[in-house]
Amino acid sequence: MRGMEPGTISVRVWRGREDGGFAEYSVPRRASQTVLDVVTFIQRKLDPTLAYRYACRVGMCGSCAMTVNGRPRWTCRTHVAKLGAGPLTLEPLANLPRIKDLAADLAPFFDKWAQALGRFVPPAESKAEFAEVPPDSKARQAADAGIECIGCAVCYAACDTAAWNPDYLGPAALNRAWTLMNDVRDAAGPARLAAIAEAGGCSACHSHQSCREHCPKNLNPTASIAGLKRMVAKAALAGDIE
Amino acid sequence: MNRPTRAQSHRAHPAFWAFVAHRASGLALALFLPVHFWALGQAIHGEAALESFLAWTRNPIAKAAETILVLLLAIHLTGGLRILALEFLPWSPRQKTAIAGSAGAAVLIGLLFLLNLGAGA
Repeated sequence: MRGMEPGTISVRVWRGREDGGFAEYSVPRRASQTVLDVVTFIQRKLDPTLAYRYACRVGMCGSCAMTVNGRPRWTCRTHVAKLGAGPLTLEPLANLPRIKDLAADLAPFFDKWAQALGRFVPPAESKAEFAEVPPDSKARQAADAGIECIGCAVCYAACDTAAWNPDYLGPAALNRAWTLMNDVRDAAGPARLAAIAEAGGCSACHSHQSCREHCPKNLNPTASIAGLKRMVAKAALAGDIE
Repeated sequence: MNRPTRAQSHRAHPAFWAFVAHRASGLALALFLPVHFWALGQAIHGEAALESFLAWTRNPIAKAAETILVLLLAIHLTGGLRILALEFLPWSPRQKTAIAGSAGAAVLIGLLFLLNLGAGA
């Protein structure tokens, strides 16, 4: 078969929780094989007790992210062949509690989205007219640039500020806040700006840009956070926030 | 079992190296500050004490250390300007160019200082 690569892949997989260890497996190499295919092979053929998470398998749902050879990746769209000939080392996402094996607990990640008011808040009274959203307006273009986030937490796992500062809201939550701050229909702007101006908000970002470097959707949370920093600075100068 | 040998790191990109250079130069400068104040403090002990210290600083090792100090200051200055531009100006897709530019400017400042040392000797 075209593209068929013979041989096996040596795979080291994290088993257990924080105090677990690595187990080694040998998985047959296949054409167009993704890292998620490798994990699924182990779970179905070698060890049914392996815990991991996935849903769509096509890069839409954001549930299959793991640490692959030391860096966070979406495993359903990561081809084994592109990682080189060496062994694979798989761990759950960094900066999050480990539940079991390759499944990380994403509760703190999504709690921070809520903390950053990362949800659309409609006006208290429905307007008679539809809001006008010119597609080429500056605000809409800023929102569009960050809107395709799938919530996979790769940026959060890649972020050293999130690792060092447990209060830091993280790139995904702040990117979401930025898209909403640029949504003319949203009514929670002042409250959201106050929430992200807190310690652990956008000002805690050190602009390492690892989020931008690793985002599988090629989004740029660093740019979104820089935009929020400017909004917060303007509001602070105007006396709108303390 | 052993921890994995990290084949790759999520930190292996220029923006993170620029952060490390900025942080390391800042820490080194902070460590130097007490020495700087001690040297200034020599003036309190009179002109002779300060002059004898300043004479000592004309040795090659002190000059080499001074060059490193200027380089650290330049790295911290140009890195800081880059971060200010990143955070307060509209986003530019040329981040790697900005990093290379700030690093280049810092090296240039260090080299100019070295040239000046040579001219003064």
